[in-house]
Amino acid sequence: MIGYAVIFAFVCLSLALTLNLWRLLKGPTVGDRIVALDTMVINAIAAIILIGIATVNDTYYEAALLLAMVGFIGTVAYCKFLLRGDIVE
Amino acid sequence: MAVPLMLYTLVILPFLAALLIAIGSSHGRALHSGLAAAGSALGLALILGIAGRVIGGDVLAVSVPWVPVIGLDFSLMIDPLGLMFAGLILGIGLLVVIFGHFYLASDEATGRFFASLMLFQGAMLGIVLSGNVLLLLVFWELTSLSSFLLIGFWRDKAEARQGARMALAVTGGGGLVLIAGMVLLGTIAGSFDLMTILERGDIIQASPLYPVMLVLILIGCFTKSAQFPFHFWLPHAMAAPTPVSAYLHSATMVKAGVFLLARLWPVLSGTELYTVIVTSVGLITMLMGAWVALFKHDLKGILAYSTISQLGLLVMLLGFSLEMAAVAAVLHILNHAAFKAALFMSAGIVDHETGTRDIRRLGGLAKVMPITAIVATLAAAAMAGLPPLGGFISKEMMLDETLHVGLFGISWLVPVVATIAATLSVAYSLRLAVHLFFGKPREAEPHARAHDPGAGMWASPAFLVILAVLLGLVPMALAGPLVSSVAGAVIGNAAPPLGLALWHGVNVALGMSLAAVAIGALLLWRHAGLLRGYEAMRHLDAKALFDRTLGAADREVRKLIVATHSPSLQRMLFASFAVIVALVAEGALTGGGTLTGARAGQPASAVAIIAWGLLIAATIAVVRAQRQRFLVLIYISVIGLIITLAFVHFSAPDLALTQISVEVVTILLLLLALNLLPKTPPLLSSQPRRYRDALLAIGGGLGIGGAAWAMLTRNPNDPISSFHLANSYSGGGGTNVVNVTLVDFRAFDTLGEIIVLGIAGLAIFALLDTTSRGAAGARLRSWQEDMPHSPERHPLMFVMATRILLPLVLAVGIYIFLRGHNQPGGGFIAALVVAIAFLLQYLASGFDWTDARRRVGEHLLIASGVLVAMATGLGSLVFGANFLTSSFGYFQVPLVGEVELATALLFDIGVFAVVFGAVMQALAQLSQISQRAARAHAAQVEAQQQGSEP
Repeated sequence: MIGYAVIFAFVCLSLALTLNLWRLLKGPTVGDRIVALDTMVINAIAAIILIGIATVNDTYYEAALLLAMVGFIGTVAYCKFLLRGDIVE
Repeated sequence: MAVPLMLYTLVILPFLAALLIAIGSSHGRALHSGLAAAGSALGLALILGIAGRVIGGDVLAVSVPWVPVIGLDFSLMIDPLGLMFAGLILGIGLLVVIFGHFYLASDEATGRFFASLMLFQGAMLGIVLSGNVLLLLVFWELTSLSSFLLIGFWRDKAEARQGARMALAVTGGGGLVLIAGMVLLGTIAGSFDLMTILERGDIIQASPLYPVMLVLILIGCFTKSAQFPFHFWLPHAMAAPTPVSAYLHSATMVKAGVFLLARLWPVLSGTELYTVIVTSVGLITMLMGAWVALFKHDLKGILAYSTISQLGLLVMLLGFSLEMAAVAAVLHILNHAAFKAALFMSAGIVDHETGTRDIRRLGGLAKVMPITAIVATLAAAAMAGLPPLGGFISKEMMLDETLHVGLFGISWLVPVVATIAATLSVAYSLRLAVHLFFGKPREAEPHARAHDPGAGMWASPAFLVILAVLLGLVPMALAGPLVSSVAGAVIGNAAPPLGLALWHGVNVALGMSLAAVAIGALLLWRHAGLLRGYEAMRHLDAKALFDRTLGAADREVRKLIVATHSPSLQRMLFASFAVIVALVAEGALTGGGTLTGARAGQPASAVAIIAWGLLIAATIAVVRAQRQRFLVLIYISVIGLIITLAFVHFSAPDLALTQISVEVVTILLLLLALNLLPKTPPLLSSQPRRYRDALLAIGGGLGIGGAAWAMLTRNPNDPISSFHLANSYSGGGGTNVVNVTLVDFRAFDTLGEIIVLGIAGLAIFALLDTTSRGAAGARLRSWQEDMPHSPERHPLMFVMATRILLPLVLAVGIYIFLRGHNQPGGGFIAALVVAIAFLLQYLASGFDWTDARRRVGEHLLIASGVLVAMATGLGSLVFGANFLTSSFGYFQVPLVGEVELATALLFDIGVFAVVFGAVMQALAQLSQISQRAARAHAAQVEAQQQGSEP
């Protein structure tokens, strides 16, 4: 049963990542692209967890944890750059 | 004390003293000179303790291999020659330290002075005690470097800086030539061990390489010992403080060349070539130095040229290839060290008390400075070679030896020229004493406040002068055994019987000596007229010539650089990548073999194919948007993200963790830099050139892709991979092979890498810290902010969220660090994670807020990281294991249970500190530039507003 769930989730994730990239490349505003990137990071976290479930392996849990913890920093930095130019004032 | 320990202690003591002085440099003058004096005195005591044994014929030696592959051993030996020089270095060193304590004002950088002086002493001792010629070269270079520091001690004086540079260029350049000569010598002799070389004189002189080797070694000796035509640096080195001149430029360093000639005398001397070159160079130097010394006005200038002349005398004596001449040289080394150091110190006293060193402005000082006058006059008399002083005996021996040497087949040439030089030296010595201390005072001003200094200053020269007198009165008792045993060591056989005495009956040498004194006195009487004649002549300005040569060399090198090194980054990158691609293509086409290996592929899942498609799409987007730099950064983030997924997919958790954290840090640093850069740069290349570059890029991509394909379709190189897997736990105590490889199996590589990283961090600092100055500073000041400014600097939500996040991220960092040895993680990743935690604070709360709360600077982090890693490696040496051998054990800790502790963990701490420090360094420097630029911009805006208001 879990096998089908994993396959379904992979299909959804692949679709989501593709759509994210579509938005990211198309824009039209920079804000769209940054939000698309942020969503991609979230989907990547999901993908890592999913790979762990699919292979019954908890080694990659830390990678997902780390990405969840620091993945948003890039987004914040891009936004800060857009707002103020200098990200460390 | 055991011999090996004693020899090591002798050489290490001065370096230890230098280190201690440098550490205590914030303390007073008394501590600095006290440490220096203690070091010298201790060394001197050690030397005196073994003097009896060594003079009796024992050669004490010790040797440990250093770099055995090239024949470099750390071997020290002490024979009579080394003993005499070590005694001179330490004895005069001690006197100079005492003199220097009173000579330097207490507000000068005495710590730096005495530390450099001790550094020099150690280097010099190393030269005379080396038992391996390669080791000798190491110390030889050290003397050039420490002498550079000492000559340039008064950094604010242009002449000191120029003098130091010239001395380094000449003696350092000569040192390079000497290296070539010594390597040839060792190759011919088949060993770099000094004792072995000294026994193989016949083989060496029979070699066809002998003439080349001889000339190379002689250039090294002549540059160091200020022989014609390399003598010109010595007078300019007189910009050094007088204690330095007394120590380096009369008694010790300039004698290094003479020492080496004496040391290698058994293997080098005796051939026609040797005798002709060395004798004539010595003779010319002796004559020229004496002539110029007669007409110099600066006291130290007179002494510098007289030193050149006396060194010429020594070199000439060694050039005769006669055993008795070698004896005379040894005796004269002792004499010269005594009277010349005393004279320099006296000159220092006169300068110190009157404020001038110009002999034309001084005179009649005997009345106001009687003690200095007695000391200096006796020393000058010894230099003139007047009886009953030591100088008389060695000068008479020298004149006697000249009678046995015919140069270019002319038997009278050497005696006549030597007598003329002796005459001149009588004249300049007498002039120094007479014009300085006798007659009428010439100018009132320097006299008014002149008086004898305290005993601390005149004690050292007085002691030396007493020695110089005793060397004349009781030469056999004082120096007989020493001179004859040292001469034996120089010659390599027993020295001829020695009869040092003032009176040898009436002979030719006595006649020459008498003539020299008489005519010398006459010259002094007629000095004013001679001086007018000398000054009417045109003289070659060696310094101008040197500067011109250096300038010309500089211009040529610049031309070469401009011709070969284009300042265009695009062109340089194209050139380097073109070469790489060509080399790889050449290797792939001619190397043979197939592109695809034997390993079967893995099935590609649909998800993997989609990820691959995303990667390709993002890459194309980067290329298409390459001039919109901000967009490019976003696209690059996508690539980084997908590569992280790929690492997870292909079971590389360490790499995934690294990729995630590196990605964040990279984006932050790039954004910081982008703020100051054009956001959409103009087109830099023409259309055809861009096609050319595209072709190269495609070529490079194909090459890398092909290489990756070839690698991935082959099985791993199994002896290595399986070794690591099998031995990771049993040998390194960890189950994470990646980490064990980094900190244990290949720890030496890692050590090198973190050192490089540390250097890179410092280079970032060096490059960016100077951006506020010069042309870069001007560009920065005219920088225009081109980004919009929202009013909110530090959004409250963001600030609060990041402060809560700080301890959490730090905890994760520590966790990743601690488990790294067995699970994915380790020092490198942990450092990046912790750095991110701090970067986040900078980002949210601003630079000033965060920087004010940070206690440990980046430099300290980098330095302590490298030191910890080094110390861990060296720690294993203490336990008798090889460098960087790791050890581990399991311990029971209450509540926690069994804990493994490995020395590799300590090493990992070093890695952590360096990586963390380097990342923070880059961030701090980049953001400081932005802030400087922003401040400059704000000031400019304000100025414009003020300008427009009224």
